[in-house]
Amino acid sequence: MTYARKMLGAASGLALLVAAGAAQADVLFWSTQANPVEEQQAMRDQVLSGHDDAVDYQSNELGPWITRLEAELQADSGTIGLLGALHGNFSAMDPENLVDLGDMGVMSASDTFNDLAKLGTDSMQYMPWMQASYIMAANREALHYLPEGADIDALTYDQLIEWAANAHEAAGEPKFGFPAGPKGLKHRFFQGYLYPSYTNGVVRTFASDKAVTAWEKFRELWAHTNPGSTNFSFMQEQLLSGDAWIVFDHTSRLANAFNERPDDFVAFPAPAGPEGRGFMPVLAGVAIPRTAPDMEASKALIAHLMKPETQIATLKATSFFPVVDVDLPDDLPPSVKAAGDAVAKMSGSADANPGLLPAGLGDKGGDFNRVYVDTFERIVLAGQPIEAVLQDQKTRLEAIMNETGAPCWAPDAPSEGACPVE
Amino acid sequence: MNARLLPYVLILPVTLFLCLFFLYPFVLVAKQAFTTGAGATLDNFREVVSYWKFPISLRNTLLLAVAVVPIQLALSLLMATMVTRMEKGRDMVLYIWTIPLGISDLAAGLIWLAIFEQSGFLNSMLHGVGIVDKPVNLLTFQNPGIVFVAIMLAEIWRATAIMLVILVAGIGLIPKEYYEAAEVFGASPWKRFLRITLPMLRPSLQTALVLRVIMAFEVFAVVAALGGTLFPVLMGETYAYQFDLLNSGAAAAMALIILAISIAATLVILRALRVPKRATI
Repeated sequence: MTYARKMLGAASGLALLVAAGAAQADVLFWSTQANPVEEQQAMRDQVLSGHDDAVDYQSNELGPWITRLEAELQADSGTIGLLGALHGNFSAMDPENLVDLGDMGVMSASDTFNDLAKLGTDSMQYMPWMQASYIMAANREALHYLPEGADIDALTYDQLIEWAANAHEAAGEPKFGFPAGPKGLKHRFFQGYLYPSYTNGVVRTFASDKAVTAWEKFRELWAHTNPGSTNFSFMQEQLLSGDAWIVFDHTSRLANAFNERPDDFVAFPAPAGPEGRGFMPVLAGVAIPRTAPDMEASKALIAHLMKPETQIATLKATSFFPVVDVDLPDDLPPSVKAAGDAVAKMSGSADANPGLLPAGLGDKGGDFNRVYVDTFERIVLAGQPIEAVLQDQKTRLEAIMNETGAPCWAPDAPSEGACPVE
Repeated sequence: MNARLLPYVLILPVTLFLCLFFLYPFVLVAKQAFTTGAGATLDNFREVVSYWKFPISLRNTLLLAVAVVPIQLALSLLMATMVTRMEKGRDMVLYIWTIPLGISDLAAGLIWLAIFEQSGFLNSMLHGVGIVDKPVNLLTFQNPGIVFVAIMLAEIWRATAIMLVILVAGIGLIPKEYYEAAEVFGASPWKRFLRITLPMLRPSLQTALVLRVIMAFEVFAVVAALGGTLFPVLMGETYAYQFDLLNSGAAAAMALIILAISIAATLVILRALRVPKRATI
């Protein structure tokens, strides 16, 4: 009996300790962003250490991130204080599960972002936190093979194809690199770059004649693309290894290349097609789940993250740019300078054709991406006829649009009700 | 304690554990697979089966199992007989052979990726001894055969040891008298292997094959690391439904399809390698 009593004592002591620990717990910042170990550490040391309260920054893959969040929401009780994720992740959630942030008194400097963050409701459901984009980067070696008369800051797709062909010939192997691996962001290239540049649309023009041209052009480019691209997900690796000379990717997935060997690489805007220079932002936000243990602490953390100096610290830590107006200091890492210049040239170009992130798709965002990825795999990898594939995939896209009722977003012309696939 | 009750008391913790952490989640998953927002339905199954990649991933998964498991069976039998014959250093060899067991399958995939990549070890070696002028890109969509062979190699390297361990234990249980008797009658080593080892090993073979075949249907990380998107398998599609498409119903349906295939394969193996009643070793 004494033994049992001892155990009981120990157990209750332990329970007390745990409870005390929970009472004064740090705010748990549960994020899908800044996932690489170095970035996590930089977030803790440089971004969150300046906050008054202690913050427990945890970054995860999307899967575990969602699983834990769903479990807390289902249990109606949680420990997560703040969520950090991409616009697409938040738009896949039920806005009811996020706390309204309209009365915070802070917001991003971009009305577009603030509107996106409302997720179709009247009030901001997440706070725009940081932004990035997709750009092109090249090894300086490849600059010798630029087609005559081409300006690297104002390339067209035809010039890019010619450039890739020249590099292919010179190197004896294809040197264009494309993130078509399992974790690669290829779908964003089709949605935000190829389609807008060739068809001035994403959904409406999915199966148009102009889209056929776009895919023909992409096939031409693919002929000069490193065939190992189906394994590439972070193009900085192939830039550094030399397996690819000219690449397209997310700015933060190119950052290591510029930081490790700043003199070897150049960043430049995405190419232009007949309908302009299509490009697309990446928007990350922070939100408070309705089960957060301490609302005030969570809101205080958001306010901290939106301060200009925190935004600059975040830029240095993650290569994601501020969403509020800040004066950028001079001591930025090379990757940030390179990417910042390229993005500025891209959005400032005369033929800029900026697109928006898909909105209103709810939890069908993944299915929407799959339509574009499948189209790519069938047309480019499997070599199926373009028209037939587009007609077939069109029915899937139509079903998604009708089911979600999502209206068109830029560069598609606005629609009444669900965006039609023409 | 009552001797008749004791066995039940002893298996009680495991039973409770399995009910709580296996049976209960399994029931939830099954429920998820057969329901959508609108109530009980087979829509989830219809959706996953009608997707254009489903036949491809089913074929790939089965093909991989058919290609890998027989080789592993032969290899592990060979290795197990070798190990049992060894006088010295037996444990050492066994430890080394079972190292891959301690490595997660994703890590195993990455190890083999480091070998087969364009700038990987294999290419550096071939280049170093002058067989190729410059690194060749092996794992590409133009060479589905090489991708398949690379995945096969990685799987064989990674998962042969699990069969080996079971078979070594099984061989250890075969009484020496049988071999001595066979030798007296002049049976060749090959004949002894065919007539004594193999039949007596049947229960272990059963276990080893069942375990290995189920693992083969669940193959995922090695394929993802080496094949990227080039070699879709059932488990990869399940992952995509759950985490890319956030469609738990469809993912649950895929999981049940994999379960059904595993059960079918298990029944076939149990039937094929059944030990006749009253025949014991």
